[in-house]
Amino acid sequence: MALLEVKNLGISFGGLRAVDDFNITIEKGCLYGLIGPNGAGKTTVFNMLTGVYLPTDGSILLDGTNLVGKNPAQICQSGVARTFQNIRLFGKMTVLDNVKVALHNEYNYSLASGLLHLGKYKKTEAAMDQRALEILDVFGMKEYAGLLASNLPYGEQRKLEIARALATNPKLLLLDEPAAGMNPNETAELMDTIRFIRNKFEITILLIEHDMKLVTGICEKLTVLNFGTELTTGTPEVVLNDPEVITAYLGE
Amino acid sequence: MKNKQIDKQLIKNLAIIVIVFAAIEFLLYGDLLTRQFRSLLIPVCINVILAVSLNLTTGFLGELTLGHAGFMSVGAYTGALVTMNLNLPMIIEFPIALIAGGLVASLFGVIIGVPVLRLRGDYLAIVTLAFGEIIKSIINSLKITNGAMGLSNIELHGNYKNFGYVFFLTVITIFAIKNMVNSRQGRAVCSIRDNYIAAEAVGINVSKFKVMAFVVAAFFAGIAGVIYGHNVGTLKPTTFDYNKSIEILVIVVLGGMGSIKGSVIAAIILTILPEMLRSADEFRMFLYAVVLIAMMIFNSSQIKQRILSSDIFLKLKKTKKEA
Repeated sequence: MALLEVKNLGISFGGLRAVDDFNITIEKGCLYGLIGPNGAGKTTVFNMLTGVYLPTDGSILLDGTNLVGKNPAQICQSGVARTFQNIRLFGKMTVLDNVKVALHNEYNYSLASGLLHLGKYKKTEAAMDQRALEILDVFGMKEYAGLLASNLPYGEQRKLEIARALATNPKLLLLDEPAAGMNPNETAELMDTIRFIRNKFEITILLIEHDMKLVTGICEKLTVLNFGTELTTGTPEVVLNDPEVITAYLGE
Repeated sequence: MKNKQIDKQLIKNLAIIVIVFAAIEFLLYGDLLTRQFRSLLIPVCINVILAVSLNLTTGFLGELTLGHAGFMSVGAYTGALVTMNLNLPMIIEFPIALIAGGLVASLFGVIIGVPVLRLRGDYLAIVTLAFGEIIKSIINSLKITNGAMGLSNIELHGNYKNFGYVFFLTVITIFAIKNMVNSRQGRAVCSIRDNYIAAEAVGINVSKFKVMAFVVAAFFAGIAGVIYGHNVGTLKPTTFDYNKSIEILVIVVLGGMGSIKGSVIAAIILTILPEMLRSADEFRMFLYAVVLIAMMIFNSSQIKQRILSSDIFLKLKKTKKEA
Protein backbone atom coordinates (compact mmCIF):
# COMPACT_ATOMS: atom_id res chain seq x y z
CA MET A 1 0.00 0.00 0.00
CA ALA A 2 1.13 3.51 -0.73
CA LEU A 3 2.36 5.70 2.13
CA LEU A 4 0.34 8.73 1.12
CA GLU A 5 -2.89 8.64 -0.81
CA VAL A 6 -4.59 11.92 -1.58
CA LYS A 7 -7.93 11.75 -3.33
CA ASN A 8 -10.03 14.54 -4.89
CA LEU A 9 -8.50 17.12 -2.59
CA GLY A 10 -9.91 20.61 -3.01
CA ILE A 11 -10.15 23.91 -1.17
CA SER A 12 -12.00 27.15 -1.78
CA PHE A 13 -11.24 30.52 -0.26
CA GLY A 14 -14.54 32.32 -0.61
CA GLY A 15 -15.25 32.19 -4.32
CA LEU A 16 -11.71 31.25 -5.29
CA ARG A 17 -11.07 27.61 -6.00
CA ALA A 18 -7.39 27.41 -5.04
CA VAL A 19 -6.94 23.67 -5.49
CA ASP A 20 -9.38 21.41 -7.27
CA ASP A 21 -9.57 17.63 -7.60
CA PHE A 22 -5.96 17.01 -6.63
CA ASN A 23 -4.82 13.38 -6.53
CA ILE A 24 -1.44 12.02 -5.58
CA THR A 25 -0.17 8.60 -4.54
CA ILE A 26 3.29 8.33 -3.06
CA GLU A 27 4.94 4.95 -2.52
CA LYS A 28 7.06 4.39 0.56
CA GLY A 29 10.65 5.55 0.09
CA CYS A 30 9.93 7.62 -2.99
CA LEU A 31 11.41 11.03 -3.72
CA TYR A 32 8.50 12.88 -5.24
CA GLY A 33 8.43 16.33 -6.81
CA LEU A 34 5.54 18.78 -6.99
CA ILE A 35 6.16 21.49 -9.55
CA GLY A 36 4.24 24.21 -11.33
CA PRO A 37 4.10 27.97 -11.91
CA ASN A 38 3.82 30.46 -9.06
CA GLY A 39 0.32 30.61 -7.66
CA ALA A 40 -0.56 27.14 -8.92
CA GLY A 41 -1.45 25.99 -5.40
CA LYS A 42 1.60 23.93 -4.45
CA THR A 43 2.07 25.45 -1.01
CA THR A 44 -1.69 25.32 -0.47
CA VAL A 45 -1.48 21.56 -1.00
CA PHE A 46 1.30 21.40 1.62
CA ASN A 47 -0.81 23.45 4.00
CA MET A 48 -3.70 21.04 3.58
CA LEU A 49 -1.44 18.01 4.06
CA THR A 50 -0.12 19.47 7.34
CA GLY A 51 -3.45 20.68 8.71
CA VAL A 52 -2.80 24.40 8.41
CA TYR A 53 -5.81 24.62 6.06
CA LEU A 54 -8.88 22.41 6.31
CA PRO A 55 -9.67 21.03 2.85
CA THR A 56 -13.16 21.77 1.53
CA ASP A 57 -13.35 18.26 0.09
CA GLY A 58 -11.32 15.16 -0.51
CA SER A 59 -9.33 12.80 1.68
CA ILE A 60 -5.71 12.44 2.80
CA LEU A 61 -4.64 8.97 3.87
CA LEU A 62 -1.27 8.40 5.52
CA ASP A 63 -0.61 4.70 5.97
CA GLY A 64 -4.37 4.18 5.77
CA THR A 65 -5.38 6.73 8.45
CA ASN A 66 -7.25 9.87 7.49
CA LEU A 67 -5.47 13.15 8.30
CA VAL A 68 -8.30 15.51 7.35
CA GLY A 69 -9.62 17.35 10.41
CA LYS A 70 -6.54 16.79 12.55
CA ASN A 71 -4.63 19.85 13.74
CA PRO A 72 -1.02 20.51 12.67
CA ALA A 73 0.47 19.16 15.90
CA GLN A 74 -1.50 15.92 15.62
CA ILE A 75 -0.55 15.51 11.98
CA CYS A 76 3.09 15.99 12.90
CA GLN A 77 2.72 13.30 15.55
CA SER A 78 1.21 10.92 12.99
CA GLY A 79 4.37 11.28 10.94
CA VAL A 80 4.30 14.24 8.55
CA ALA A 81 7.00 16.90 8.97
CA ARG A 82 7.60 19.95 6.83
CA THR A 83 9.82 22.91 6.08
CA PHE A 84 8.58 26.33 5.00
CA GLN A 85 9.08 28.39 1.87
CA ASN A 86 9.88 31.45 3.98
CA ILE A 87 12.14 30.06 6.68
CA ARG A 88 10.42 29.74 10.04
CA LEU A 89 13.04 28.98 12.65
CA PHE A 90 12.87 29.73 16.37
CA GLY A 91 15.18 32.70 15.93
CA LYS A 92 15.87 33.61 19.55
CA MET A 93 16.68 30.03 20.49
CA THR A 94 19.93 28.18 19.92
CA VAL A 95 20.42 25.80 17.02
CA LEU A 96 20.46 22.90 19.47
CA ASP A 97 17.23 24.03 21.12
CA ASN A 98 15.56 24.37 17.73
CA VAL A 99 16.13 20.66 17.19
CA LYS A 100 15.24 19.82 20.79
CA VAL A 101 11.84 21.49 20.43
CA ALA A 102 11.14 18.99 17.66
CA LEU A 103 12.13 16.12 19.96
CA HIS A 104 9.44 17.31 22.39
CA ASN A 105 6.99 14.46 21.85
CA GLU A 106 9.55 11.69 21.73
CA TYR A 107 11.19 12.48 25.08
CA ASN A 108 8.88 13.09 27.96
CA TYR A 109 8.94 14.24 31.57
CA SER A 110 6.40 16.00 33.75
CA LEU A 111 6.05 19.73 34.42
CA ALA A 112 7.07 19.06 38.04
CA SER A 113 10.42 17.61 36.98
CA GLY A 114 10.79 20.49 34.55
CA LEU A 115 10.25 23.06 37.32
CA LEU A 116 12.49 21.36 39.85
CA HIS A 117 15.00 19.71 37.52
CA LEU A 118 14.50 16.48 39.39
CA GLY A 119 13.47 12.96 38.48
CA LYS A 120 13.80 12.09 34.82
CA TYR A 121 14.97 15.60 33.91
CA LYS A 122 18.73 15.11 33.75
CA LYS A 123 18.69 11.74 32.02
CA THR A 124 16.09 12.78 29.46
CA GLU A 125 17.80 16.08 28.69
CA ALA A 126 21.13 14.30 28.19
CA ALA A 127 19.48 11.84 25.81
CA MET A 128 17.82 14.73 23.94
CA ASP A 129 21.13 16.56 23.63
CA GLN A 130 22.78 13.49 22.24
CA ARG A 131 20.00 12.81 19.72
CA ALA A 132 19.86 16.46 18.63
CA LEU A 133 23.62 16.57 18.11
CA GLU A 134 23.46 13.36 16.09
CA ILE A 135 20.90 14.92 13.77
CA LEU A 136 22.89 18.16 13.49
CA ASP A 137 25.96 16.11 12.69
CA VAL A 138 24.22 14.62 9.65
CA PHE A 139 24.04 18.16 8.29
CA GLY A 140 27.55 19.04 9.42
CA MET A 141 26.11 21.63 11.79
CA LYS A 142 27.33 20.29 15.10
CA GLU A 143 29.70 23.22 15.61
CA TYR A 144 26.82 25.71 15.34
CA ALA A 145 24.85 24.05 18.16
CA GLY A 146 25.32 26.94 20.59
CA LEU A 147 24.58 29.76 18.14
CA LEU A 148 21.27 31.58 17.95
CA ALA A 149 19.33 30.28 14.96
CA SER A 150 18.78 33.79 13.59
CA ASN A 151 22.55 34.34 13.45
CA LEU A 152 23.14 31.45 11.04
CA PRO A 153 23.93 32.12 7.39
CA TYR A 154 20.99 31.65 5.04
CA GLY A 155 22.00 28.26 3.65
CA GLU A 156 22.56 26.86 7.13
CA GLN A 157 19.15 28.15 8.21
CA ARG A 158 17.54 26.14 5.40
CA LYS A 159 19.47 23.07 6.51
CA LEU A 160 18.49 23.60 10.13
CA GLU A 161 14.84 23.64 9.12
CA ILE A 162 15.28 20.23 7.49
CA ALA A 163 17.18 18.95 10.54
CA ARG A 164 14.40 20.17 12.81
CA ALA A 165 11.75 18.51 10.67
CA LEU A 166 13.70 15.24 10.73
CA ALA A 167 13.91 15.36 14.52
CA THR A 168 10.16 14.78 14.73
CA ASN A 169 10.86 11.32 13.33
CA PRO A 170 8.55 11.59 10.31
CA LYS A 171 7.46 8.98 7.79
CA LEU A 172 6.83 11.68 5.21
CA LEU A 173 8.92 14.83 4.86
CA LEU A 174 7.56 17.80 2.93
CA LEU A 175 10.15 20.27 1.66
CA ASP A 176 8.84 23.60 0.40
CA GLU A 177 11.42 25.03 -2.04
CA PRO A 178 14.49 23.79 -0.16
CA ALA A 179 16.88 25.28 -2.73
CA ALA A 180 15.32 28.75 -2.86
CA GLY A 181 18.04 31.39 -2.73
CA MET A 182 20.90 28.92 -2.94
CA ASN A 183 23.76 29.11 -5.40
CA PRO A 184 24.53 26.15 -7.75
CA ASN A 185 27.17 24.72 -5.41
CA GLU A 186 24.88 24.85 -2.41
CA THR A 187 22.08 23.32 -4.47
CA ALA A 188 24.30 20.42 -5.52
CA GLU A 189 25.24 19.84 -1.92
CA LEU A 190 21.60 20.00 -0.89
CA MET A 191 20.72 17.35 -3.50
CA ASP A 192 23.23 14.97 -1.94
CA THR A 193 21.89 15.73 1.53
CA ILE A 194 18.29 15.08 0.49
CA ARG A 195 19.20 11.75 -1.10
CA PHE A 196 21.32 10.86 1.93
CA ILE A 197 18.63 11.57 4.51
CA ARG A 198 16.05 9.64 2.49
CA ASN A 199 18.28 6.57 2.68
CA LYS A 200 19.59 7.07 6.21
CA PHE A 201 16.28 7.85 7.89
CA GLU A 202 14.25 5.61 5.51
CA ILE A 203 11.68 8.30 4.87
CA THR A 204 9.56 9.38 1.95
CA ILE A 205 10.05 12.90 0.62
CA LEU A 206 7.69 15.19 -1.24
CA LEU A 207 9.25 18.45 -2.39
CA ILE A 208 8.20 21.65 -4.11
CA GLU A 209 10.96 23.18 -6.22
CA HIS A 210 11.51 25.57 -9.09
CA ASP A 211 15.12 24.59 -9.67
CA MET A 212 14.78 22.13 -12.57
CA LYS A 213 18.30 20.86 -12.08
CA LEU A 214 17.42 19.71 -8.59
CA VAL A 215 14.07 18.33 -9.68
CA THR A 216 15.45 16.26 -12.54
CA GLY A 217 18.48 15.33 -10.48
CA ILE A 218 16.74 13.67 -7.56
CA CYS A 219 13.01 13.28 -8.11
CA GLU A 220 11.77 9.87 -9.16
CA LYS A 221 8.27 10.99 -9.94
CA LEU A 222 6.64 14.34 -10.62
CA THR A 223 3.24 15.94 -10.48
CA VAL A 224 2.65 19.25 -12.23
CA LEU A 225 0.08 21.67 -10.85
CA ASN A 226 -1.39 24.52 -12.85
CA PHE A 227 -4.20 26.87 -11.77
CA GLY A 228 -5.01 24.56 -8.87
CA THR A 229 -5.49 21.47 -10.97
CA GLU A 230 -3.25 18.59 -11.80
CA LEU A 231 -1.73 18.91 -15.27
CA THR A 232 0.11 15.63 -15.46
CA THR A 233 1.94 12.98 -13.43
CA GLY A 234 4.80 10.67 -14.31
CA THR A 235 8.55 10.18 -14.39
CA PRO A 236 10.64 13.34 -14.89
CA GLU A 237 11.57 12.46 -18.51
CA VAL A 238 7.95 11.99 -19.54
CA VAL A 239 6.60 14.98 -17.61
CA LEU A 240 9.24 17.49 -18.66
CA ASN A 241 8.83 16.61 -22.35
CA ASP A 242 5.06 16.92 -22.16
CA PRO A 243 4.07 19.78 -24.51
CA GLU A 244 1.37 20.94 -22.12
CA VAL A 245 3.90 21.27 -19.28
CA ILE A 246 6.27 23.12 -21.57
CA THR A 247 3.68 25.73 -22.52
CA ALA A 248 2.25 26.10 -18.99
CA TYR A 249 5.44 26.15 -16.98
CA LEU A 250 8.81 25.50 -18.56
CA GLY A 251 8.58 27.68 -21.63
CA GLU A 252 9.88 26.89 -25.10
CA MET B 1 32.21 18.09 31.24
CA LYS B 2 29.07 20.03 30.48
CA ASN B 3 27.40 18.72 33.62
CA LYS B 4 30.25 19.92 35.73
CA GLN B 5 29.92 23.39 34.25
CA ILE B 6 26.24 23.49 35.13
CA ASP B 7 27.02 22.39 38.67
CA LYS B 8 29.66 25.11 38.97
CA GLN B 9 27.09 27.68 37.85
CA LEU B 10 24.66 26.33 40.42
CA ILE B 11 27.22 26.54 43.21
CA LYS B 12 28.08 30.09 42.19
CA ASN B 13 24.40 31.07 42.24
CA LEU B 14 23.88 29.43 45.60
CA ALA B 15 26.92 31.23 46.98
CA ILE B 16 25.53 34.59 45.82
CA ILE B 17 22.17 33.80 47.40
CA VAL B 18 23.72 32.80 50.72
CA ILE B 19 25.91 35.92 50.81
CA VAL B 20 23.01 38.24 50.00
CA PHE B 21 20.85 36.53 52.58
CA ALA B 22 23.53 36.61 55.27
CA ALA B 23 24.21 40.29 54.60
CA ILE B 24 20.56 41.27 54.90
CA GLU B 25 20.04 39.16 58.01
CA PHE B 26 23.11 40.75 59.56
CA LEU B 27 21.76 44.22 58.84
CA LEU B 28 18.35 43.25 60.18
CA TYR B 29 19.51 41.70 63.43
CA GLY B 30 22.20 44.26 64.02
CA ASP B 31 19.42 46.85 63.73
CA LEU B 32 21.53 48.68 61.18
CA LEU B 33 18.67 49.40 58.77
CA THR B 34 16.49 52.47 58.98
CA ARG B 35 12.80 51.79 59.36
CA GLN B 36 12.31 52.92 55.79
CA PHE B 37 14.67 50.33 54.36
CA ARG B 38 13.42 47.62 56.64
CA SER B 39 9.90 48.18 55.35
CA LEU B 40 11.17 47.82 51.78
CA LEU B 41 12.64 44.32 52.15
CA ILE B 42 9.40 42.41 51.70
CA PRO B 43 8.01 44.61 48.88
CA VAL B 44 11.25 44.04 46.97
CA CYS B 45 10.81 40.27 47.31
CA ILE B 46 7.14 40.52 46.27
CA ASN B 47 8.01 42.56 43.19
CA VAL B 48 10.78 40.14 42.26
CA ILE B 49 8.31 37.23 42.39
CA LEU B 50 5.74 39.20 40.39
CA ALA B 51 8.22 40.35 37.75
CA VAL B 52 9.87 36.96 37.29
CA SER B 53 6.50 35.23 36.94
CA LEU B 54 5.15 37.87 34.56
CA ASN B 55 8.30 37.40 32.52
CA LEU B 56 7.14 33.86 31.79
CA THR B 57 4.06 35.07 29.92
CA THR B 58 5.42 38.35 28.58
CA GLY B 59 9.07 37.53 27.96
CA PHE B 60 9.07 33.83 27.20
CA LEU B 61 5.59 33.23 25.80
CA GLY B 62 5.76 36.67 24.19
CA GLU B 63 2.21 37.73 25.05
CA LEU B 64 1.63 41.16 26.52
CA THR B 65 -0.54 40.69 29.61
CA LEU B 66 -1.93 43.53 31.69
CA GLY B 67 -3.82 41.54 34.30
CA HIS B 68 -1.07 40.22 36.52
CA ALA B 69 -2.32 42.21 39.53
CA GLY B 70 -5.61 40.31 39.14
CA PHE B 71 -3.88 37.01 39.88
CA MET B 72 -2.06 38.68 42.74
CA SER B 73 -5.31 39.91 44.30
CA VAL B 74 -6.92 36.48 44.03
CA GLY B 75 -3.95 34.98 45.85
CA ALA B 76 -3.88 37.77 48.45
CA TYR B 77 -7.55 37.41 49.36
CA THR B 78 -7.47 33.61 49.38
CA GLY B 79 -4.39 33.54 51.60
CA ALA B 80 -5.78 36.17 53.97
CA LEU B 81 -9.10 34.33 54.32
CA VAL B 82 -7.25 31.09 55.04
CA THR B 83 -5.16 32.49 57.88
CA MET B 84 -8.06 34.53 59.28
CA ASN B 85 -10.26 31.47 59.49
CA LEU B 86 -7.66 28.97 60.63
CA ASN B 87 -6.34 29.41 64.11
CA LEU B 88 -3.18 27.42 63.79
CA PRO B 89 0.42 28.32 64.47
CA MET B 90 2.13 30.33 61.74
CA ILE B 91 4.37 27.46 60.70
CA ILE B 92 1.32 25.45 59.62
CA GLU B 93 -1.20 28.03 58.46
CA PHE B 94 1.12 30.23 56.41
CA PRO B 95 2.22 27.42 54.05
CA ILE B 96 -1.41 26.38 53.67
CA ALA B 97 -2.31 29.98 52.82
CA LEU B 98 0.53 30.22 50.29
CA ILE B 99 -0.42 27.01 48.51
CA ALA B 100 -4.13 27.85 48.58
CA GLY B 101 -3.45 31.34 47.24
CA GLY B 102 -1.22 29.98 44.49
CA LEU B 103 -3.69 27.28 43.49
CA VAL B 104 -6.74 29.54 43.37
CA ALA B 105 -4.75 32.10 41.36
CA SER B 106 -3.65 29.41 38.92
CA LEU B 107 -7.27 28.31 38.59
CA PHE B 108 -7.96 31.86 37.44
CA GLY B 109 -4.97 31.42 35.16
CA VAL B 110 -6.87 28.59 33.43
CA ILE B 111 -10.03 30.66 33.28
CA ILE B 112 -8.26 33.57 31.61
CA GLY B 113 -5.94 31.31 29.62
CA VAL B 114 -8.61 29.38 27.76
CA PRO B 115 -10.62 32.23 26.21
CA VAL B 116 -7.55 34.22 25.27
CA LEU B 117 -6.10 31.33 23.27
CA ARG B 118 -7.66 32.72 20.15
CA LEU B 119 -6.23 36.17 20.72
CA ARG B 120 -2.75 37.49 20.18
CA GLY B 121 -0.80 40.68 20.74
CA ASP B 122 -2.71 43.87 21.43
CA TYR B 123 -6.11 42.12 21.53
CA LEU B 124 -4.86 39.81 24.26
CA ALA B 125 -3.40 42.75 26.18
CA ILE B 126 -6.78 44.52 26.28
CA VAL B 127 -8.63 41.35 27.31
CA THR B 128 -6.23 40.69 30.19
CA LEU B 129 -6.59 44.32 31.25
CA ALA B 130 -10.36 43.90 31.33
CA PHE B 131 -9.99 40.62 33.16
CA GLY B 132 -7.98 42.25 35.93
CA GLU B 133 -10.66 44.90 36.34
CA ILE B 134 -13.39 42.23 36.47
CA ILE B 135 -11.61 40.46 39.30
CA LYS B 136 -11.29 43.77 41.11
CA SER B 137 -15.00 44.51 40.83
CA ILE B 138 -15.98 40.99 41.85
CA ILE B 139 -13.86 41.30 44.98
CA ASN B 140 -15.44 44.70 45.52
CA SER B 141 -18.94 43.27 45.55
CA LEU B 142 -18.46 39.99 47.43
CA LYS B 143 -19.43 39.66 51.08
CA ILE B 144 -16.66 37.27 52.03
CA THR B 145 -14.02 39.77 50.90
CA ASN B 146 -15.80 42.55 52.81
CA GLY B 147 -16.36 44.59 49.65
CA ALA B 148 -14.77 47.99 49.28
CA MET B 149 -13.87 48.05 52.99
CA GLY B 150 -11.43 45.24 52.38
CA LEU B 151 -9.92 42.87 54.89
CA SER B 152 -7.96 44.03 57.88
CA ASN B 153 -6.20 42.52 60.86
CA ILE B 154 -4.51 39.89 58.75
CA GLU B 155 -1.84 38.19 60.79
CA LEU B 156 1.59 39.54 59.82
CA HIS B 157 3.20 36.27 58.86
CA GLY B 158 4.99 37.80 55.94
CA ASN B 159 6.59 40.91 57.41
CA TYR B 160 10.28 41.61 57.89
CA LYS B 161 10.45 39.45 61.00
CA ASN B 162 9.97 36.46 58.77
CA PHE B 163 12.25 37.79 56.06
CA GLY B 164 14.06 34.44 55.80
CA TYR B 165 10.83 32.73 54.87
CA VAL B 166 9.92 35.28 52.19
CA PHE B 167 13.47 35.32 50.85
CA PHE B 168 13.35 31.54 50.54
CA LEU B 169 10.06 31.75 48.57
CA THR B 170 11.57 34.36 46.27
CA VAL B 171 14.59 32.18 45.57
CA ILE B 172 12.33 29.19 44.88
CA THR B 173 10.30 31.26 42.42
CA ILE B 174 13.39 32.43 40.55
CA PHE B 175 14.76 28.90 40.34
CA ALA B 176 11.43 27.40 39.32
CA ILE B 177 10.92 29.85 36.44
CA LYS B 178 14.56 29.57 35.39
CA ASN B 179 14.33 25.79 35.47
CA MET B 180 11.11 25.80 33.55
CA VAL B 181 12.60 27.92 30.79
CA ASN B 182 15.43 25.39 30.47
CA SER B 183 13.10 22.44 30.28
CA ARG B 184 11.04 20.68 27.66
CA GLN B 185 7.99 22.73 28.64
CA GLY B 186 9.89 26.01 28.57
CA ARG B 187 11.33 25.28 25.15
CA ALA B 188 7.82 24.65 23.89
CA VAL B 189 6.70 28.00 25.35
CA CYS B 190 9.64 29.86 23.76
CA SER B 191 9.08 28.16 20.41
CA ILE B 192 5.50 29.50 20.41
CA ARG B 193 6.88 33.00 20.97
CA ASP B 194 9.40 32.69 18.15
CA ASN B 195 7.10 31.15 15.57
CA TYR B 196 3.84 29.51 16.53
CA ILE B 197 3.20 28.10 13.05
CA ALA B 198 6.53 26.28 13.11
CA ALA B 199 5.90 25.20 16.71
CA GLU B 200 2.66 23.55 15.65
CA ALA B 201 4.39 21.99 12.67
CA VAL B 202 6.93 20.23 14.90
CA GLY B 203 4.18 18.80 17.07
CA ILE B 204 3.86 21.34 19.90
CA ASN B 205 0.35 21.62 21.29
CA VAL B 206 0.26 25.41 21.22
CA SER B 207 -2.94 25.81 23.24
CA LYS B 208 -1.72 23.55 26.02
CA PHE B 209 1.55 25.36 26.52
CA LYS B 210 0.01 28.81 26.32
CA VAL B 211 -2.36 27.88 29.13
CA MET B 212 0.49 26.22 31.02
CA ALA B 213 2.53 29.44 30.93
CA PHE B 214 -0.46 31.42 32.20
CA VAL B 215 -1.15 28.92 34.97
CA VAL B 216 2.43 28.79 36.25
CA ALA B 217 2.75 32.59 36.12
CA ALA B 218 -0.58 32.99 37.93
CA PHE B 219 0.48 30.51 40.62
CA PHE B 220 3.52 32.55 41.57
CA ALA B 221 1.63 35.84 41.29
CA GLY B 222 -0.84 34.33 43.76
CA ILE B 223 1.97 33.49 46.15
CA ALA B 224 3.25 37.06 45.88
CA GLY B 225 -0.26 38.21 46.73
CA VAL B 226 -0.39 36.02 49.84
CA ILE B 227 2.91 37.48 51.05
CA TYR B 228 1.64 40.99 50.31
CA GLY B 229 -1.48 40.49 52.41
CA HIS B 230 0.49 39.08 55.32
CA ASN B 231 3.02 41.88 55.15
CA VAL B 232 0.67 44.85 55.05
CA GLY B 233 -2.08 43.35 57.19
CA THR B 234 -4.89 44.95 55.24
CA LEU B 235 -6.26 44.34 51.74
CA LYS B 236 -8.32 46.66 49.58
CA PRO B 237 -9.57 45.90 46.07
CA THR B 238 -8.22 49.20 44.75
CA THR B 239 -4.64 48.14 45.48
CA PHE B 240 -4.83 45.66 42.64
CA ASP B 241 -5.98 47.86 39.78
CA TYR B 242 -4.29 48.10 36.41
CA ASN B 243 -1.73 50.53 37.79
CA LYS B 244 -0.24 47.64 39.73
CA SER B 245 -0.23 45.43 36.62
CA ILE B 246 1.52 48.12 34.63
CA GLU B 247 4.03 48.67 37.43
CA ILE B 248 5.00 44.99 37.15
CA LEU B 249 5.11 45.19 33.38
CA VAL B 250 7.43 48.20 33.60
CA ILE B 251 9.81 46.13 35.73
CA VAL B 252 9.80 43.30 33.19
CA VAL B 253 10.34 45.61 30.23
CA LEU B 254 13.12 47.51 31.99
CA GLY B 255 14.85 44.30 33.02
CA GLY B 256 14.54 42.95 29.51
CA MET B 257 11.92 40.59 28.11
CA GLY B 258 13.03 37.05 28.67
CA SER B 259 15.81 37.95 31.11
CA ILE B 260 15.24 36.62 34.61
CA LYS B 261 18.35 38.27 36.00
CA GLY B 262 17.17 41.56 34.50
CA SER B 263 13.74 41.21 36.09
CA VAL B 264 15.30 40.65 39.51
CA ILE B 265 17.59 43.67 39.24
CA ALA B 266 14.88 45.92 37.80
CA ALA B 267 12.45 44.86 40.53
CA ILE B 268 14.97 45.81 43.21
CA ILE B 269 15.78 49.18 41.62
CA LEU B 270 12.21 50.16 40.84
CA THR B 271 10.96 49.25 44.30
CA ILE B 272 13.65 51.19 46.11
CA LEU B 273 13.79 54.18 43.76
CA PRO B 274 10.43 55.79 44.64
CA GLU B 275 11.35 55.60 48.32
CA MET B 276 14.75 57.12 47.74
CA LEU B 277 13.07 60.01 45.97
CA ARG B 278 10.78 60.76 48.89
CA SER B 279 12.90 63.74 49.90
CA ALA B 280 12.03 65.38 46.59
CA ASP B 281 8.44 65.73 47.79
CA GLU B 282 6.09 66.89 45.01
CA PHE B 283 8.71 66.20 42.36
CA ARG B 284 8.89 62.56 43.38
CA MET B 285 6.76 61.02 40.66
CA PHE B 286 8.18 63.42 38.12
CA LEU B 287 11.72 62.34 38.95
CA TYR B 288 10.65 58.72 38.98
CA ALA B 289 9.29 59.09 35.46
CA VAL B 290 12.42 60.89 34.27
CA VAL B 291 14.67 58.19 35.71
CA LEU B 292 12.47 55.56 34.09
CA ILE B 293 12.75 57.19 30.68
CA ALA B 294 16.51 57.58 31.07
CA MET B 295 16.91 53.93 32.03
CA MET B 296 14.76 52.71 29.14
CA ILE B 297 16.76 54.77 26.66
CA PHE B 298 20.03 53.61 28.19
CA ASN B 299 18.89 50.01 28.09
CA SER B 300 18.10 50.00 24.39
CA SER B 301 20.96 52.29 23.37
CA GLN B 302 24.32 51.45 21.96
CA ILE B 303 26.03 53.05 24.93
CA LYS B 304 25.14 50.03 27.05
CA GLN B 305 26.49 47.70 24.41
CA ARG B 306 29.68 49.74 24.19
CA ILE B 307 30.15 49.69 27.95
CA LEU B 308 29.52 45.96 28.06
CA SER B 309 32.01 45.27 25.30
CA SER B 310 34.58 47.89 26.34
CA ASP B 311 38.06 46.79 27.39
CA ILE B 312 37.71 47.88 30.99
CA PHE B 313 34.50 45.98 31.49
CA LEU B 314 35.88 42.82 29.89
CA LYS B 315 38.98 43.06 32.05
CA LEU B 316 36.83 43.47 35.15
CA LYS B 317 34.84 40.44 34.15
CA LYS B 318 37.97 38.45 33.52
CA THR B 319 39.59 39.28 36.84
CA LYS B 320 36.33 38.45 38.54
CA LYS B 321 36.33 35.07 36.85
CA GLU B 322 39.92 34.35 37.75
CA ALA B 323 39.31 35.29 41.37
